Amino acid sequence: MNTGDTAWVLVSSTLVLLMTVGLAFFYGGLARRKNVLSIIMQCFIIMCVISLQWVLYGYSLAFGPDIGNGIIGSLAWAGLRGVGGQPNADYAATIPHQVFMIFQAMFAIITPALMIGAFAERIKFSAFLAMTILWATFVYDPLAHWVWGMGGWLRNLGALDFAGGIVVHVSSGVSALVIAVMLGRRIGFEQQAFRPHNMSWTTLGAGLLWFGWFGFNAGSALAAGSLAANAFVTTNTSAAAAGLTWAIIEWRQHGAPTLLGTVTGVVAGLVAITPACGFVSPLNAIFIGALASIFCFLALTKIKAHFKYDDALDVFGVHGVGGIWGTIATGLFAEKAINAAGADGLLFGGVHLFFVQLALVIVAVLYALITASIIYKIVDQLIGMRVGKKEELIGLDLTQHNESAYTVLE
Amino acid sequence: MKYVIAIIQPHKLDEVKQALEDVEVNLMTVSNVLGQGRQKGITEIYRGAKEVGSLLKKVKLEIAVNEDFVEPTIQAIIKGAHTGEIGDGKIFVLDLGECVRIGTGERGGIAIG
Repeated sequence: MNTGDTAWVLVSSTLVLLMTVGLAFFYGGLARRKNVLSIIMQCFIIMCVISLQWVLYGYSLAFGPDIGNGIIGSLAWAGLRGVGGQPNADYAATIPHQVFMIFQAMFAIITPALMIGAFAERIKFSAFLAMTILWATFVYDPLAHWVWGMGGWLRNLGALDFAGGIVVHVSSGVSALVIAVMLGRRIGFEQQAFRPHNMSWTTLGAGLLWFGWFGFNAGSALAAGSLAANAFVTTNTSAAAAGLTWAIIEWRQHGAPTLLGTVTGVVAGLVAITPACGFVSPLNAIFIGALASIFCFLALTKIKAHFKYDDALDVFGVHGVGGIWGTIATGLFAEKAINAAGADGLLFGGVHLFFVQLALVIVAVLYALITASIIYKIVDQLIGMRVGKKEELIGLDLTQHNESAYTVLE
Repeated sequence: MKYVIAIIQPHKLDEVKQALEDVEVNLMTVSNVLGQGRQKGITEIYRGAKEVGSLLKKVKLEIAVNEDFVEPTIQAIIKGAHTGEIGDGKIFVLDLGECVRIGTGERGGIAIG
């Protein structure tokens, strides 16, 4: 056991929890005034619900002893039975098992929260809640087991996902797109402008995300050492390169760099470096970040504009596309010189890793796509996924939560 | 009695207010409004999506005056708000049917000032 490592992972856990708060403000600012509380509420209720789900059975499904075929963990650790102060050497030999568990809990929380942006401003709260629990159980927990759990089949193939490019960002980004498409467009889509109601909040949220991401990525080293340092530096470098790149693209394309574009770029860069941060060099992180902004910018301005799906706050365009790019980039730029426990990517002669990473993307995309659509169908049949037209026009704050964010009169 | 409504550029409010005070017109109601005139709106861009014709921020003044003060009020607003650029704003003058001071119950011209 190492006190330095334990302290770092505990601090990282709080940093990652704060990301979900940051996300609430990032998305909340982008929403219209009448829906801002519904967004923040969804983020906060996920912090409550998934914290409990994780302790009761989620952690056991994801990281518990494999039932034998690499598909899912058993319920042996349900209720945190046997998950205590002693380290579990399979995951992290120098910190209490409980610390590893709570660090992972924060990832399980933020992942479904990322999806909120796609179906924003039109989903029924009760249906959202049911869908979130099902999604955490049938998409997040299995996928986390496949990629990170001992005995997980993708882990055994040699797939690399340092901090959750696949498990967190691709899974949520693709599922979010599925839900947004099945839910349909918001009333007034393309007829009226859906302007961000508070860009300052969005920027504050993006800042908290950047801040918390150090816990997310560098914390994933699970030790306070050189690997955490590399993940920290690559994370910051990629975010910086991506934010600057997006601003420059807008400057050239639209005549002015926007704040929204810059912070969107920063988030895209953070997403893309997530799977790679513990395997690549800081210089290559610049390429990963800059290209993340280019790919995500194209996804928003070309793909979304062409197919006209209402991914309201661009969850797929940023997290889905950024996560896919980051996972492939890991297969290009990873080097054993950075992390001996990793593998060499294509640019360093490692053909195997590159194809494993491609397979990882395909598997995750297909699994999220299929499972999310099944979950959607079930919840839609049982509860009904979308609010009524009148409720949507009045806004979710008043119709789903009986409160409003801003008083017009005192 | 007339009811004068003026739509002006927000940054000209202080000058208009000073000009009105100079002609002893001190009572007014001011509000933030959005509008679009010959100046047309401006284009906003969010994540590459262009929103053409966004309304511009303006300030609206509403002033009730007796007949003697109508022309001085108009001149004061023009003096304070005029730049000669497009978008300076407009003044509307309406007949005012009645005016009641809530505190005293006084009615008509005496209740205005």
